[in-house]
Amino acid sequence: MTLLDVDDITVSYGRLTALRGVTLTIAEGEILFVTGPNGAGKSTLLNAIAGVVPTGSGSITLDGARVTGAAPEDIARRGFSLVPEGRNVFGGLTVEENLKVGTGMRADRTKIAGDLASIYQDFPMLAERRHTTAGMLSGGQQQMLVIGRALMAAPRIMAIDEPSLGLAPKIIDQVYEILTRLRSQRKLTLLIVEQSSTRAKMTGGRMVLIRGGRIVLEGDAAEMVKDARLKQAYFGFGDH
Amino acid sequence: MTAALQILFDALSLGSLYALGALGIAAVFGVMRLVNFAHGDFIAFCVFAMLLPSVDAAAIVFAGRLPFYLLIPLLLLVGAGLSMLSEVIVFRRFRNANPATMMIASFALGFVIRHLLLLLYSSRPKSITLWPSLGLPVEFLGAHIPMLQVVTILITLAVLAVLVLFLKHTRYGLEMRAAAENFTMARMLGVRANGVILLAFAISGMLAAAIGLILATNSGTADIGMGANVMLIAFIATVIGGLGSVPGAVAAGFLIGGASVLFQATLPHDARVFRDAFVYGAVIVVLLLRPQGLFAPKSAKQRV
Repeated sequence: MTLLDVDDITVSYGRLTALRGVTLTIAEGEILFVTGPNGAGKSTLLNAIAGVVPTGSGSITLDGARVTGAAPEDIARRGFSLVPEGRNVFGGLTVEENLKVGTGMRADRTKIAGDLASIYQDFPMLAERRHTTAGMLSGGQQQMLVIGRALMAAPRIMAIDEPSLGLAPKIIDQVYEILTRLRSQRKLTLLIVEQSSTRAKMTGGRMVLIRGGRIVLEGDAAEMVKDARLKQAYFGFGDH
Repeated sequence: MTAALQILFDALSLGSLYALGALGIAAVFGVMRLVNFAHGDFIAFCVFAMLLPSVDAAAIVFAGRLPFYLLIPLLLLVGAGLSMLSEVIVFRRFRNANPATMMIASFALGFVIRHLLLLLYSSRPKSITLWPSLGLPVEFLGAHIPMLQVVTILITLAVLAVLVLFLKHTRYGLEMRAAAENFTMARMLGVRANGVILLAFAISGMLAAAIGLILATNSGTADIGMGANVMLIAFIATVIGGLGSVPGAVAAGFLIGGASVLFQATLPHDARVFRDAFVYGAVIVVLLLRPQGLFAPKSAKQRV
């Protein structure tokens, strides 16, 4: 079943067009990597789906409902949780308070405590520092916190903008391990912007390559990593 | 000793008033980055809401005659209602405008409220007597402290305690604090923008009503411009406290109140008329030394 359907969307910032007719679909339980060079429009794509930047044309359908132009909170309440670029912890709130912000919209109140316990189990560091203000955490710890926070919202589809950025390799492994486990346990659907194509290859799933605001290549992640066109896209050879 | 005690109570009660004002401004600024200059007019509106519209000098007290346990909640409702209404009718339309545009809109709203009051009540100040017993002094360690000062301080402490409990221990409080730090991120976690902003306006309006009650009890008059002075000082307090910091706003409110009373008591007699100039001078010094305010919010110094 298609959970997210992005159909021919265009996004402009003033006179600069960041996305030109991007179309993609994600089925429930699937994992989709979005890759591409800096400034290709990867973050814009996630922000457009989240309702944070307005789309010029095209439509976005989430879980059967058209959400084009909807407010970010309404999109979140439909089960889309975005971990944006640049961490965005609430620095003055404690770790635990950060984790609880997204639980207000949940209908299954009784499950919140259990989810919190399992987040703490997955990230023991967060449990240790649960009463510390989040602004005091290191960059890597903040990254774990925002992933945990997004999970606490019990999303159906979770989008993460560059989860590996600034994390130690060991922690990245851990993050991916948790994500893939949640994917199988809860049928969590994942949309991940990732520069590291080896990571995508290891995890499996589908991959799209964005360049200049367009999807230029699409396919199985493991296959695409071998494709010479992927390298070309990064280094700027070949046609646009 | 008694003089020092008198000064202390003067400082605390004046500081309380400024702290309540600064809180009202900080609550809205936190979630909307709007400095609501109509806040002073909200205060005046709440006071006039106790009177029947008339242009006579002798005011016809209407709600003001109610017993306190009805009058206070009613006035808080009036303040919250006016404040929320101005959000829905005016500020919602400027939500994505730049802060300067929103600020000008708040000036315009203030003018509208002021002239509405002018139309209904004329510019003549009206006498209004609420709880005359609060004017009586109580003896405390040899000093004679007006009861109202004690009540003002106690009310402020109670308001602060309730607000802290609300912000720290309720779901809505948590959402408000999150939204104040990063509005977009809070929305992406399902926090409703309209809900949080309306709540902030309601709190701010109730604080305006509380100030209105204290001012009216203290001065015994209802005057259309009565909120302007508190509003100005409260705005300055939010700036000194570090815009966006709630504890900062409260602390700076008390600080300015204290400084004001201290200057009044210690300046040479001829210089006392310039007390406010000294207060604003001190404010300028503070801002020169710490332009980000005394208590910059934690979100502003996040680790990367």
